[in-house]
Amino acid sequence: MVDPVLASRLQFAWTTAIHIIFPTITMGLAPFLVYWTWKEVRGDGEVYARLRRFWTKIFALTFVTGTVTGIVLEFEFGTNFASYATQVGGIFGGPLATEGLMAFFLESTMLGIFLFGRERVSDRAFLGSAFLVALGSWLSAVWILIANAWMQTPAGFKMSERAGEQVAVLTDPVAAYLTPRFFYMFTHMQTAAVLSAALFIAGIASYKLLTTDDRSAFWMKTMKVALVAMIITAPLLAVHGDAYGRHIHDTQESKMAAIEATWETGGYAPLYLVAAPTSTDNVVAPAEEDLFTVGIPWGASMLAGAGDPSTVITGFEDIEHDLPPYLLVFYSFRAMVGLGFWFIFLALWGVYRWRQGSLLDDTLLQKAMVASTGLGVLAVEFGWMVAEIGRQPWAIYGELLVSDSVSPGLTGGEAMLTLIGFVGGYLLLFGTWSYLVYRLVRSGPAAPESESTASSEEVSVQ
Amino acid sequence: MMPLALSESYLFGLPLVEIWFVVMFLTLAMFLWLDGSNFGIGVLFGLVDDEEIEESMLAAVAPLWDGTEVWLIVFGGAMFAVFPDVYAGLFSGNYMLMFLILGALIIRGVSPEFREQRHDETWQRVFGGLFVAGSVLAPFFLGMFTANWLVGSTDLFTVPGIVVGLAVVALATVEGAAFTNMKIEQPTGEITTYGTLAQVAYLVLAVTTVAYLYLFVAGMATKVMSEFSLALVGLTAVLGVAYIVMLRSGQALYAFVMAGVQTFGLVALVGYLLYPTIYPITGLTAQKAAVSELAMNLMTVVLAIFLPLVLMYFAVLYNAFRGPVQVGEGY
Repeated sequence: MVDPVLASRLQFAWTTAIHIIFPTITMGLAPFLVYWTWKEVRGDGEVYARLRRFWTKIFALTFVTGTVTGIVLEFEFGTNFASYATQVGGIFGGPLATEGLMAFFLESTMLGIFLFGRERVSDRAFLGSAFLVALGSWLSAVWILIANAWMQTPAGFKMSERAGEQVAVLTDPVAAYLTPRFFYMFTHMQTAAVLSAALFIAGIASYKLLTTDDRSAFWMKTMKVALVAMIITAPLLAVHGDAYGRHIHDTQESKMAAIEATWETGGYAPLYLVAAPTSTDNVVAPAEEDLFTVGIPWGASMLAGAGDPSTVITGFEDIEHDLPPYLLVFYSFRAMVGLGFWFIFLALWGVYRWRQGSLLDDTLLQKAMVASTGLGVLAVEFGWMVAEIGRQPWAIYGELLVSDSVSPGLTGGEAMLTLIGFVGGYLLLFGTWSYLVYRLVRSGPAAPESESTASSEEVSVQ
Repeated sequence: MMPLALSESYLFGLPLVEIWFVVMFLTLAMFLWLDGSNFGIGVLFGLVDDEEIEESMLAAVAPLWDGTEVWLIVFGGAMFAVFPDVYAGLFSGNYMLMFLILGALIIRGVSPEFREQRHDETWQRVFGGLFVAGSVLAPFFLGMFTANWLVGSTDLFTVPGIVVGLAVVALATVEGAAFTNMKIEQPTGEITTYGTLAQVAYLVLAVTTVAYLYLFVAGMATKVMSEFSLALVGLTAVLGVAYIVMLRSGQALYAFVMAGVQTFGLVALVGYLLYPTIYPITGLTAQKAAVSELAMNLMTVVLAIFLPLVLMYFAVLYNAFRGPVQVGEGY
């Protein structure tokens, strides 16, 4: 029989992994849409209206897919993790309800106006709707990450009885909701979302430059704004990613040990580039002699201690509870960081070519951009795996185990059935979304107005 | 004294638990009215043959759906935040039903957007069909969920579940018919007929539900026969007749409002029949199920600030798209 805990964990992991693709893109695209809308209503040229319209189509498709996949996550806390909901709902549910009230309503009502209201509202109101959509999507991230940060570094509560059960009761809202972890998570996630969207945009623009002879202002403007975003966000991610890593060292020792695959507690810990168990018996719970590693001496300690090689890292040997599946955490972390360095390189390369005036001639750069279209989102996935798998076996770090969070009456058969349904359903959704985005890209933006029907209104602007 | 505590857990002389009990059902009612009318349009989409009207119906829903669906998310969120035991019990107890609801909502959510992306016939037929299926199944399963909640059942198929499920589909169709007639240039007899039939069906199903509760559900008889619930049933019948008259005389906006009041009446009846119990399976009362005072105070402050804003967004949205829809509008 299938274990309902494992099936529920896999289901939540899978539905989150697919869901996160869409909000990452929409949160990242939103500021670009505000910019293009602003240029459009200012009358800075017809190309901005076309840019806004083309990217809005992709945004709308992505938003709707993100919405339907996101509702599932909120409900899964009740269906699959009812014990979790009972025990910590009094703290964890608040940010989720607040997200709906404060952020999601704003985003989704204003989106109706932004998508369908160009002819119905004034320019200023239209620009306002674009801004409020962006604001709403970012506020959503605030509340989701407040909730998640509390799971990582819980604070501001005490255990108490309600209806015959021990439950977490809020005692200090500021401590619970404004954890230091939230600030690291939010800056890292939002910067990553903008970078992911920039890579997505640049990849699509490069694809069009490579495969068509369209050398119009449209794709050049697209490339340039994406490059500006990349050159700002890619290095920034490395800077606060480094600080975030030190914060993990200070607050979550088992996650830190998994990130670095550290066996022995102590200073001068090496930064491993390769870690592998020598037998399948210790994939989850390693023993010292079974861990094959290749590493840079002192590296992990220096990163954890901002350059101080004597910084102590707690090793697996001294961790009392079960370990997270450390290999997944270890390699996800390296994949994320590796991609991060690639993005910095790509941004520098692109900006260098731009300054040289040869952005259009470098087909190798364009091919690299096309190959990187989805890599930003992939890096976000790896980052989430580090955060969420690294938190295992805890649902609330140090307080509540995932195995004690699952719904008491849930059977393995039920959990397996819905898992299969979600794997199939979400693959279909993702496939259809990808196919439709590809179709939108292939057909490209609408032709400039001046080429089809010259509009007197357009000409008279400014 | 906690930093954010309102006096003794009371606001305007009402205990916070009761306020949140009402708020939770209000969000459900808003969902069933606003998104319900979108579901109803989906139901009618499957019944109407005229392509022009079909396109008008889709165009009427398109700007609104994203916003209206959030009422369900906030309903779930409010229950999670203030009555987590109820949220946990209902959602895990109705495990398979919840996934049917989610599946229907997913299909309903994406299919109109996907349908617009390609203009060949097969593609449009497939996603048009999925739009109809999702629009019928989502209110049906939500009705089943509500009935299970009320009678304290976790079975997938029960008599009250199916009757209430059908009633909610009928009510959605009632709302959808009024909304469609509001939004098309020339209200049609066809839509009016469907609206009338759906209203009659809703009244029959609603009375059947109440009779079933009276006869077969232990402990309900007294409450069902109370003045309050009989008044609600009577009001629904009067509104139903008024709806038909309004729809037939071309006053679609008033018909839409009547259907809205009927929706709030239905949800009020559910809340009234439950209270003070909030989770009949264990007999848990709202008072016992509520989270700590501090958490509830905090949520009340959030609500007091944002609920008026939310209502304003909806006013702005519905105002921007008032009047008959123009097909082909949009991005």
